[in-house]
Amino acid sequence: MSRYLLSIYQPDGPIPEPEILNKIMADLDVLNQELHDAGAWVFTGGLHPATTSTVVRVNDGEVLTTDGPFAEAKEHVGGLWVIEASDLDVALEWGRKAAQATTLPIEVRPFAGYRD
Amino acid sequence: MVHISEIGQIFREEYGRSVAVLVRVLGSIDAAEDAVQDAFTEAVARWPDTGLPPSPAGWIITTARNRAIDRLRREASGREKLAQVTLLQGDEPEAIEVDTVEDNQLRLIFTCCHPALNRGAQVALTLKLLGGLTTAEIAHAFLVPEPTMAQRLVRAKGKIRDAHIPYRVPTGAELPERLKSVLAVVYLVFNEGYAASSGAGLVREDLCREAVRLGRLIVELMPDEPEAKGLLALMLLLDSRRAARTTPDGGLVLLADQDRGLWDTMLIAEGQLLVRQCLKRNQPGPYQLQAAINAVHSDAARPEDTDWRQILALYGQLLALEPTPVVALNRAVVLAEVEGPAAGLAAVDVLELGNYYLFHAVRADLLRRLGRDDEAVAAYRAAQERTDNDAERDFLEARARTLTTTAPGPAAPPSDDPHGP
Repeated sequence: MSRYLLSIYQPDGPIPEPEILNKIMADLDVLNQELHDAGAWVFTGGLHPATTSTVVRVNDGEVLTTDGPFAEAKEHVGGLWVIEASDLDVALEWGRKAAQATTLPIEVRPFAGYRD
Repeated sequence: MVHISEIGQIFREEYGRSVAVLVRVLGSIDAAEDAVQDAFTEAVARWPDTGLPPSPAGWIITTARNRAIDRLRREASGREKLAQVTLLQGDEPEAIEVDTVEDNQLRLIFTCCHPALNRGAQVALTLKLLGGLTTAEIAHAFLVPEPTMAQRLVRAKGKIRDAHIPYRVPTGAELPERLKSVLAVVYLVFNEGYAASSGAGLVREDLCREAVRLGRLIVELMPDEPEAKGLLALMLLLDSRRAARTTPDGGLVLLADQDRGLWDTMLIAEGQLLVRQCLKRNQPGPYQLQAAINAVHSDAARPEDTDWRQILALYGQLLALEPTPVVALNRAVVLAEVEGPAAGLAAVDVLELGNYYLFHAVRADLLRRLGRDDEAVAAYRAAQERTDNDAERDFLEARARTLTTTAPGPAAPPSDDPHGP
């Protein structure tokens, strides 16, 4: 099995209306249950908005802390899964389901050094 | 005495099949390519003395496999590699042996054209692994520096390896979309050869030949896919006009002006036979319809014998399946033949294709036929500004000049390519 990171790319700005959000949360519950049942689930979590991020850098031993996300963009990672899958096609199928449930683009990326 | 160029030729022809089998056995594209390269070195050393083995293809695969085992033994450092050596020699490969070469060729095609790879990477991988072209040849064909192409190939192979793009043939509901991607790659190779988007030569025969070879392979491997047949038929019919399509100095000759005696009747017969087989299947698709359109052209001994009404009907079907402005433009050219240039121009003018050189070239020709010479010259100039192909630019220049010097030019739609840019 290989491990993949599924990142949700979320546009900055207000969260959706309750009726839309409730539907998304319900769909996500179904998807997470499905991942558990398939033995593919490793980890999942949602994130606070990117405005709550802090970037820490160390230059010549000096710590520099900046407010906000690392990359300037209109979208940021809003949540993620770590899943196990036998190959990319299987991982992309989970990605498709995640995109459908979240209504957002999902980036599927393999972990290095993990294969059993 | 076997000459080295002959050995090179054999390896090139057998490259795709050998790599396809060895990827399955070795589980790695790089290892498969290295193994075939090792076998080549050994063939160069031995064949000149021993003569050709009874089955060069079998010899290459067996030798490559043995050299891969040697290499793994030499390099074996960790347990994983030792296990791989055991796998190669142990019982496990029996399951692999029952796969036919064809199974593995199909796996390789679908892996090279996997949708997780960008189109450029798909094309490069397909030409390299299935076509046996060198990195230098592919770089030359697509007019990029060799290191750039090498980088592209390394990146694509790295993604297949690291993201674990599977080595398998898609099944069921997945297959149609995946096959579309494969056919699109082959047609892109053909088009790059047939109407090179830039550069001095209008046709790069090696790319056309390679695309036709890949098209034949796919039809052979998937005989029940009508669109695969349609694509092969389309390429054969377009390719049949290659000799008539350019002047000796490399200029472009339009369909209506071509010396039809130069058309390759063997290719036409083969293409038309495939079109008839497709018609019998009655599962039309975009490639089959474009092939049928070209089959109708091929039937006409003289331009005036062309059955434009039938072509117009086929374009109607094509437009229903693929409602794109480029298809609509080609249909408008045909409409002009059936209902006159004014009807054609009206159909052209509503299209939003201002950046496409053929849009301006078609307008120019229709305007010229309507006697609106000043507007026609302006449209020829607009077309010229939008192509990087020297032959096409020269052609447009010559057309524009006939109007400014009042000599009547031949009446012809400036498109024999019923496909997009």
